[in-house]
Amino acid sequence: MSEVNIRNVTKIYPGHGAKDAPVLALDDISVDIADKEFCSIVGHSGCGKTTLLNMLAGFEQPTAGNIKVHGEAVGRPTWQRAMVFQDYALFPWLTVEQNISFGLEMKQVDIEKRRTIIDEQIRLVGLVGFEKRYPHQLSGGMKQRVSIARALSVNPEVLLMDEPFAALDAQNRAVMQQEMGRLLAQTDTAVRKTMVLVTHSIEEAILLSDRIIVLSSRPGRIKEIMKVDLPRPRDEDDPRFIALRHRLRELINEEVEDEEVEAKA
Amino acid sequence: MEELDNITRAFANTGTSSVDAVHKSAGNSRPTVTLPLPPGVGAVMLARLRRLALPILLVAAWQIVSKLVLDDTTRALLPAPTVVAVAAWELVSSGELFRHLADSLRREFIAFSWSLVAIPVGVAMGWWKSVNEQLDSLVEILRPIPPLAWIPLSILWFGIGDIQNQFIIFLGIFFPILLNTITGVKGVDLNLVRAARCLGAGEGDVLRRVVLLAALPQIVTGIRIGLGVGWMALVAAELVGASSGLGFLINDARTLLRTDIVIVGMITIGLVGLVLDLLIREISHRLLPWSRSLHR
Repeated sequence: MSEVNIRNVTKIYPGHGAKDAPVLALDDISVDIADKEFCSIVGHSGCGKTTLLNMLAGFEQPTAGNIKVHGEAVGRPTWQRAMVFQDYALFPWLTVEQNISFGLEMKQVDIEKRRTIIDEQIRLVGLVGFEKRYPHQLSGGMKQRVSIARALSVNPEVLLMDEPFAALDAQNRAVMQQEMGRLLAQTDTAVRKTMVLVTHSIEEAILLSDRIIVLSSRPGRIKEIMKVDLPRPRDEDDPRFIALRHRLRELINEEVEDEEVEAKA
Repeated sequence: MEELDNITRAFANTGTSSVDAVHKSAGNSRPTVTLPLPPGVGAVMLARLRRLALPILLVAAWQIVSKLVLDDTTRALLPAPTVVAVAAWELVSSGELFRHLADSLRREFIAFSWSLVAIPVGVAMGWWKSVNEQLDSLVEILRPIPPLAWIPLSILWFGIGDIQNQFIIFLGIFFPILLNTITGVKGVDLNLVRAARCLGAGEGDVLRRVVLLAALPQIVTGIRIGLGVGWMALVAAELVGASSGLGFLINDARTLLRTDIVIVGMITIGLVGLVLDLLIREISHRLLPWSRSLHR
């Protein structure tokens, strides 16, 4: 059974007046994401990939169509679909452990159990010794680790990630991608989450995903869905990796050329 | 000075031996590194004095003008700093200054406590469009009326005394806190709210545990401005509608042509305003150590 069913989802942003026409952000998107699957959404900026993720979280509602998780229509945001944001969205007035504790307090987990989960998450993301730090005392990579730990602490069914590594510098980004890949390779499929990653990095998508959804731009439509059948952890020098990267880059470059043709016409 | 020399010598001794060893093994000649000495006590004092040069010069000029240029009648209008100092000493030693100061501060703080109601009102206005729709025009009409313009009406309403004074101060403090709270709430990072929601926070949790805290640095700014405006309004209210307080003190002294007391009162008002501001700043730095990261 699929975990997430996206059926004929269309999103139109209403315009305000003559100069500000309505925008068709997503056009008739239908895709199923399987239980425990890692699915990436790639495409150019403005292709509506973040909009799709926001609708999965329940932050925005589709104009038409519907999204179901476990057979239930997505309504308001809940902890069952936790999100990791590009800008981390950590609460600046809370320490690392208090940030991770936030969702557990909302779930009314009792204090001893909370302690156990927080310690486990902090160990998992490698932040032992930084429990009492405030976000502004951490580097970007560390902030994103806290953000991931915070999202996982509530034990969601689906983990949504909106360009989680985009704000990091190149070296940190590579480290985080590798670690995420290793984590995915190591974790037992029984405890793995269904994950949806929005990214503009082709390498990141191939490194981590089971499947990659390529969206076209304006309006956002599904251009292609690619399966990534490589063993984990993945090696960027693997010829199959390189072939996939080549194919994906072509798909995305077609979009750029189309846009240029449109711009000239 | 001798002590400093000893320290530098000791530093040089231990320093050169190890540095020399490195030099010999590396075979190059690195120039000797000398650390700049920390400024001495004398130098620090001198730097502070230099910053006070202009004020000291002005006070000296004031003294000279009052004592040597003005005649007996006009001198009454601008008493010399020495005369003011004597008046200050009299007011302090008799306890009169502190009695008026205590009355003024008490009014300021009672009015301040009342005006904290601006925080929940501001949060509601910043968060819910419907509340904003209802209250916005009312606030926009009342806000430009200076607190001082309320003095005549408030004297008729409350008579002369504490309640009337506190009402005027309340008006001075209320609006800066209200407007800053609204701005702070409207400016809360949407992703923080979203993050809280997808961690299971309900509407009440979002308001109490995210929106209020995220807006807190801005609210504190509002409190700082408010206390300042309130302090000014207080003195004005006391000029006409009180029988105690610093405002009353200077107005009362005016009728007796005790300009020395007037000046002592003015200086006190200025200093207390400054201390209040520094106090709020210090408290906010202590309580909100994270807030500096928000507005870099």
